Amino acid sequence: MDTLVEFLVSAAILVGGVFALVGSFGLARLPDFYLRLHGPTKASTLGVGGTIFASLLFFSWQEQALQLQELLIVLFLFITAPVSAHMLAKAAMHRQLRRREDTRGRPWKQ
Amino acid sequence: MRKLLPFPLLSLFLWLTWLLLNGFSWGHGLLGLVLAVVLPLGTRPFWPNVPHLRNFPKLVRFVLVVHWDIVTANLAVARLILGSPRKLRPAFVELPLELEDDFAITLLASTISLTPGTVSADVSEDRRTLLIHALDMDDEAELVAQIKQRYERPLKEIFEC
Repeated sequence: MDTLVEFLVSAAILVGGVFALVGSFGLARLPDFYLRLHGPTKASTLGVGGTIFASLLFFSWQEQALQLQELLIVLFLFITAPVSAHMLAKAAMHRQLRRREDTRGRPWKQ
Repeated sequence: MRKLLPFPLLSLFLWLTWLLLNGFSWGHGLLGLVLAVVLPLGTRPFWPNVPHLRNFPKLVRFVLVVHWDIVTANLAVARLILGSPRKLRPAFVELPLELEDDFAITLLASTISLTPGTVSADVSEDRRTLLIHALDMDDEAELVAQIKQRYERPLKEIFEC
């Protein structure tokens, strides 16, 4: 049983880590600000989700009781992440940042 | 009862949050109960017109759908990021809103931002249009229809009639 839990925890950490890495990779690699905006909002969903699931599982197993405080992290993250993304996008439009030429549609005047 | 607990769901939510934060015990249960009554009363002026939850099962369904979409779309976006950036087809899209309530619009905008591939950038003054930035858009009409059908309609059913 111990091995199984350990296996699950490791798998969850790995999945979370990979998605966080891909998110940061996108941040470094994507060509314009609006595109880069997508990187962090993504990493913060599945990346953090995987890590938190691992933590929840590990501590629940160790204490032999369900530990749910980690869920609060997910909750607050889900409330705050879209707000910060929105503020960043608004600031970018306000400053009329350059966007990739082939972007269809146009941002609004702030 | 209505006077003491103007927002019963908010109170329940606060109580559970308090218990999760501090561990389940009688003392914290009682303290949390006091906070769950006092906080909504104290912040009442911040909630001028609260939408009423009309359909709880639909809300549960909506939350599950969004979580599922977050997982699948994360995979799709990971593939896009690791692939060639030149292949991306970024776009700004204007989504005409049918929702009228501020809170429901906020939920829709947050959902759009949380599900990978789209970020909601702005909402118009008159609350009729939402500006969305998409990472890789195939067809504008299709994206708009998908968001409307998958997120906006359930939200409308949950909060309005």
